[in-house]
Amino acid sequence: MRDVLKIGGQEVNSRLLLGTGKFSSNKLIPEVVKSSGARVVTVALRRVDLDYEEENIAAYVPKDCILMPNTSGARNAQEAVRIARLARAAGCGNWVKIEVINDNRYLLPDNNETIKATEILAAEGFVVLPYMSPDLMSAKRLAEAGAAAVMPLGAPIGSNRGLKTKEMVRILIEEVPLPIIVDAGIGRPSEAAEAMEMGAAAVLVNTAIATAGDPVAMGRAFGLAVEAGRAAYLAGPGETVDYARASSPLTGFLRD
Amino acid sequence: MSYYDLIEKYSSFDFDGFFDRLTDQDIKRIISKNRLGELDYLALISPRAEGHLEEMAGKANRLTMQYYGRVILLFTPLYLANYCVNHCLYCGFQVHNSLERKKLTLSEVEREAEIIASTGLKHILILTGESRRESPVSYISDCVGVLKRYFTSISIEVYPLEEDEYRELNSSGVDGLTMYQEVYDRDSYAFHHPAGPKSNYRYRLEAPERGCRAGMRTVTVGALLGLHNWRTEAFFSGLHAGFLQDSFPDVEVGMSPPRMRPHLGGFEPRVRVSDRNLVQYMLAFRLFMPRGGITVSTRERSDLRDNLIRLGATKMSAGVCTAVGRTAGDSTAQFEISDRRSVAEMSGAIYSLGYQPVYKDWQMII
Repeated sequence: MRDVLKIGGQEVNSRLLLGTGKFSSNKLIPEVVKSSGARVVTVALRRVDLDYEEENIAAYVPKDCILMPNTSGARNAQEAVRIARLARAAGCGNWVKIEVINDNRYLLPDNNETIKATEILAAEGFVVLPYMSPDLMSAKRLAEAGAAAVMPLGAPIGSNRGLKTKEMVRILIEEVPLPIIVDAGIGRPSEAAEAMEMGAAAVLVNTAIATAGDPVAMGRAFGLAVEAGRAAYLAGPGETVDYARASSPLTGFLRD
Repeated sequence: MSYYDLIEKYSSFDFDGFFDRLTDQDIKRIISKNRLGELDYLALISPRAEGHLEEMAGKANRLTMQYYGRVILLFTPLYLANYCVNHCLYCGFQVHNSLERKKLTLSEVEREAEIIASTGLKHILILTGESRRESPVSYISDCVGVLKRYFTSISIEVYPLEEDEYRELNSSGVDGLTMYQEVYDRDSYAFHHPAGPKSNYRYRLEAPERGCRAGMRTVTVGALLGLHNWRTEAFFSGLHAGFLQDSFPDVEVGMSPPRMRPHLGGFEPRVRVSDRNLVQYMLAFRLFMPRGGITVSTRERSDLRDNLIRLGATKMSAGVCTAVGRTAGDSTAQFEISDRRSVAEMSGAIYSLGYQPVYKDWQMII
């Protein structure tokens, strides 16, 4: 059977989603898209500048990619909804990553406001991918509200600290009937592979690629890691145990 | 609780004694901490920490990269009016200076907006002197009405307002507030502001809180370096930013460390703040507030500004004119700038350092 990621009814041919906020030059974006194989690219509407083509970040996203504007800067559901509508009106398409943050120290998302915004935007026909703190009840409510996928954080945005929320993300993967995309915190390709081995549908990476010494090479490394992790998940990893097997079976005496 | 209450707690604090007791080991331990407390921050602006600037710079660079990436936000100021009733000893606009007084008409504001917008900038900071008669809130609001057709983010650096007035400006399109306390030391404040409404220390000190409550998205505070002991001023500026961030977690709080520049009236700074001092202040602030904005203005030399990009700066002005209107000439200017590069030149310099100049980082949503 073909292994296809479907979000909002649309096939997505890469399980690596790319963020764009921190590159040293917008010109790197198409190169990293190419090297990483990413097909979904998120761009903050606050950075989209339709008046100035040369500095307009959205213009650097290859046309054959899905452009996913995000609501960076929104402090509540109402602001997120306004930003999403402005993005659609500006021709950025139907997809939206909801990001509602009102904590400037850790940049942790506000799940309650995110659920409210998801409900409104899904009803308006948006393909909604909400960024959230991994919490089962919130994820279920996002699913009920019409989210197309759920994007729990692995660690605080930009921290490159890896899958700190691993156990919670694992519960979402098991319990939520939507693609689970690990967004934020992944700092190394090995951590992206780890998320994929667990059964995450995809990962979204920005800081780890954008601030790498060679972003294009790092994009390629992430692309390979995501593929490897997915292949391992599909292959069904062998059992892992913390102890050695006893050489004489403990139940070997049973004969009948 | 307001910041006034917090600052009062330090009224009899023995800064020199605290500095004297610090060891190199203390500084190293603090640099390696994940989250710094108030006194950790103070330790990093101590004379002892001057021997650890390179270690601080390494961490500041990493933290800035983590939170902001390789980008610098560009903006430019627009002086709307220079009428002022204050007596600030150090300011070119003060009431006793015989300076050409001017206030832009709305059509002049529009012309200025066209010129600035043609450089690609989308963030603008508008300024006035303190004159409720010549530049009342209604005038500022009218100017914002013109400017929002050209810019996606409008900040104000004007006299302190009431919360309702901030709310009014916020709903007319202002999303950012910059408010320099100028000097946090009370005696020095009284000396430098002998008369006029600005002599009210507490009203100014609490203005950023009123702005936050009124819905401002970004709030920037700071002291004018050169008026008093820079270490304690840096401490109280950083503490102010930290207090605002704790009290208003949804506001993007930043600081700016302006150093005094020559201006009409020729007031000599009381304290010399060296490049090394300025760098130490910025680095300590970055370690104290990893996510805090740091604005570096054209008061600083171009070579220094270029170097500060890697040390934690997040926002810079470019193509600056401190006169009331670009066509007015220097006779209405507040102070002399140092870095005279145009927006395009500044962009080129930022790119050459491996960073991206960002022209737009907010989308007005009102």
